[in-house]
Amino acid sequence: MSSDAAKADRIRELMATEGDAVAANTRGFNEGRYESTGRLDDYDELKDEARAIKEDAIGRLPELVDEVRESVEANGGTVYVADDAADANRYITELTAEERDADRLVKSKSMTSEEIEVNEALADAGVDVLETDLGEWVLQLADEAPSHIVAPAIHKSREGISELFAEQFDLDEPPETAEELTMFARERLGELIEDADVGMTGANFIAADSGTMLLVTSEGNARKTVTATDTHVAVAGVEKLVPTVEEFSPFVELIGRSGTGQDVTSYISTLTPPVDSPVPDFEADETPLADDSGADRDFHLVLIDNGRMAMRDDKELRETLYCIRCSACSNACGNFQSVGGHAFGGETYSGGIATGWEAGIEGLDVAAEFNDLCTGCSRCVPACPVGIDIPWINTVVRDRINRGEVDSRQTDWLFEELVPDEEPAGLDLGTRIVGNYETVAKLGSLTAPVANRLADAGPLRALAERVTGIDRRRDLPEFASESLVDWFERRGGAAVPSGEAARTVVLYPDTATNYVDVERGKAAVRALEALDVHVRVPDLPGSGRPPLSQGMISTAAAAAEDAYAGLVTHVDAGRDVVVIEPSDLAMFRSEYEKLLPERSFERLADASYDIMEYLFGLLENGGDPGALRAPAAGTGPVASGNRIAYHPHCQARTIGVGEHATAVMERLGYDVRVSETECCGMAGSFGYKEDYYELSMDVGEPLREQFGDTDRTVVAAGTSCGEQLDALLGSSPMHPVELVAPRE
Amino acid sequence: MSLADRSAFKRRLDALGVTVTEGPESACSELVDEAAGEPAVGVALSDAPSAGAALPDRIETEPTTADLRAAHTGVTAAELGVAAYGSVAIEADRDGTEPVSLFVDRHVVVLREADLVPDMADAFEWLGPRARDESVDVVFATGPSATADMGGLVHGAHGPKAVHVVLLRADDEDAAESEVTADE
Repeated sequence: MSSDAAKADRIRELMATEGDAVAANTRGFNEGRYESTGRLDDYDELKDEARAIKEDAIGRLPELVDEVRESVEANGGTVYVADDAADANRYITELTAEERDADRLVKSKSMTSEEIEVNEALADAGVDVLETDLGEWVLQLADEAPSHIVAPAIHKSREGISELFAEQFDLDEPPETAEELTMFARERLGELIEDADVGMTGANFIAADSGTMLLVTSEGNARKTVTATDTHVAVAGVEKLVPTVEEFSPFVELIGRSGTGQDVTSYISTLTPPVDSPVPDFEADETPLADDSGADRDFHLVLIDNGRMAMRDDKELRETLYCIRCSACSNACGNFQSVGGHAFGGETYSGGIATGWEAGIEGLDVAAEFNDLCTGCSRCVPACPVGIDIPWINTVVRDRINRGEVDSRQTDWLFEELVPDEEPAGLDLGTRIVGNYETVAKLGSLTAPVANRLADAGPLRALAERVTGIDRRRDLPEFASESLVDWFERRGGAAVPSGEAARTVVLYPDTATNYVDVERGKAAVRALEALDVHVRVPDLPGSGRPPLSQGMISTAAAAAEDAYAGLVTHVDAGRDVVVIEPSDLAMFRSEYEKLLPERSFERLADASYDIMEYLFGLLENGGDPGALRAPAAGTGPVASGNRIAYHPHCQARTIGVGEHATAVMERLGYDVRVSETECCGMAGSFGYKEDYYELSMDVGEPLREQFGDTDRTVVAAGTSCGEQLDALLGSSPMHPVELVAPRE
Repeated sequence: MSLADRSAFKRRLDALGVTVTEGPESACSELVDEAAGEPAVGVALSDAPSAGAALPDRIETEPTTADLRAAHTGVTAAELGVAAYGSVAIEADRDGTEPVSLFVDRHVVVLREADLVPDMADAFEWLGPRARDESVDVVFATGPSATADMGGLVHGAHGPKAVHVVLLRADDEDAAESEVTADE
């Protein structure tokens, strides 16, 4: 527990010191992404194209490595494929320190060079290394690590940079404004670049057919780094190869838009080195610039394996290699926005995709340090320009960590009854309690109200916090004494006979609705029946969402098979599956692709609907909106007025069903204001955990800012969103179906 | 090049804070003279078949490194313009187009309208064969150099602080256009 406590302390400290700067910048980038990609008519086509190029390139990577070697050598350059960091550093230091006898190497920004820690290797060999990207230079002066893969110094304030310059350069009147600071850096770095011997760059993409490398930059330092030095070393992961120059195009259109929200960055350098430009001689500067010195330029492409070829052979980690390092997954992530890459990151990489990189390059232990911070909210999935299923990579790595870190001393045989999963004994108990939430809920419902009273008792909560890590400041779900399934049976089943119905629906009794929030289930039944739907509420197994969120993939897969077995006969009978809890619907429509055979997945996904999506469809197909509750009828405490504040569930938005509730409410005459926050911060069970309670509340802060003093009625579809909004706003929201369903 | 491309290009440049002046090739020298600061270095415009375009005498087209360092403005041609983005393709050639466009405060770009392509994909269709067959080095520059690393957006990080585009139409184009109109 001590390392967990240290982790919680570290997160708290980062939120206090760097959180504001990181939040302002990443949220700005994220808004910019929406605006910039929104200006593209063919955004989805470009993403598909980019994805296909990456699939193809990684598929025949060994062939492309051979091809680029031929191309670069034909151009007069050299290719070195380094097995690992040490191999790369040996090659680079021999070339730089020994063959070139270089005093100074200037660098433009390169994450791969940070991965191999080449600066340290060069310094040890007596070479002065200068970072020329302004953000990287600031960090080099401050001796700090990047907090973001694209904008490395976003955690630094303008004032902090000014103080740093004052201290480092002994200035009485240091530059203060952004303009002054930039001009100061431009002059300092400009002089140092003039005397440099070797220039090092990364490469965003490399075309195997020509040996052309593409660099995405804005400052111009990469251009100067290449132009001012006669020896160019480019360091790039092998995954940067694409087959042809023409295939650069979709990436150029997507990378800036996806990352910082720029349609294109100032400079896209497409170099086929050695470059032809003359090397300006800043010492003997009376000689003509155009002196054919370009002919003597030397170029070395150092391609880094460092675990990548093994990642390529790893069915689950392979997709990581499609990553173009745009930072969209960082900027779209609620947790990242609050803590930045110093907490949500490993040795080199940060944000959601970092779990894949760090697991593949450094190992599971490094990934384990921050992997928890991916809550599976999935908001990074539509943001990723190459469509990487980043939450799935996090889940897989979490599963591997669970299996690798079994501590046999733990005595949770005591709790085996409570956690009937397929996971190794010894797995952290908090993980298993959440992962087996269905069993816990069933038991809780059977023994309510005793269970509820016990759950609220102070000493017991303290004990639970110690044993399970569930934060005592959270209200625990209160179990209903009669489940939705039992209520439905007791009322005599369907009110609309199948013979008179337009359609038949199986209302899926998800765990949260069935045992905790039964009222929204009843509302769903009323709403459906009001629109002449024959409804069934059979007893069905849980979807497997809770175990999946804990990385318990085998348990989730077993649950998926059970749920599918329970639903498939209904699907075959032509019944529509309607789901109230968005995270369970997301299982059916998205994650089951990984857990079930393809045909089973497609069959269930095609037949499944979100309740509000389904009501929307009924209204679109001639259903009578008058059968639902319009705002005028809302005089009671449940529906006060017609002004609504709606927070769509994160996973519902990702699978494209977040906006149907808005459409239905507006159709009925409500005035709806939709939240702009990617995820409320609770993200299923995440916010219940003691280590992450404060972070979770911080992630929800923008929601408090937007809806905190609203007089609107707050609605939200997710159970955990409801808990979070209750904690943030002090009042418990209802599900949109409770708003629009006719009264009992 | 279509009229739509030309107006899209100009609109993008305007949004990027890049000034544009237009004229026939014969007006090139005059337009560059108006746009360039002092002192100015440049790379002579290539003698394409239609080239009536020239640079004013005050632009040093055979600069030393010292001239480059002292220069306020660098004048170079662009090989291509990308209308949808307002990008210009600068070739890093033996004549020093790259340093002349980079180690200065203002970059004056001379682009022929005929070299405008609609979108990024066209630019890479153009680049592909040149990269494979001629190993060209090209920088697609879009607006001035910029950074947001120092606590706010600033133009002129390492590269030029300002960019000006001189957009040239072929001298006989006016006549050609009016002929088309007459046919209609």
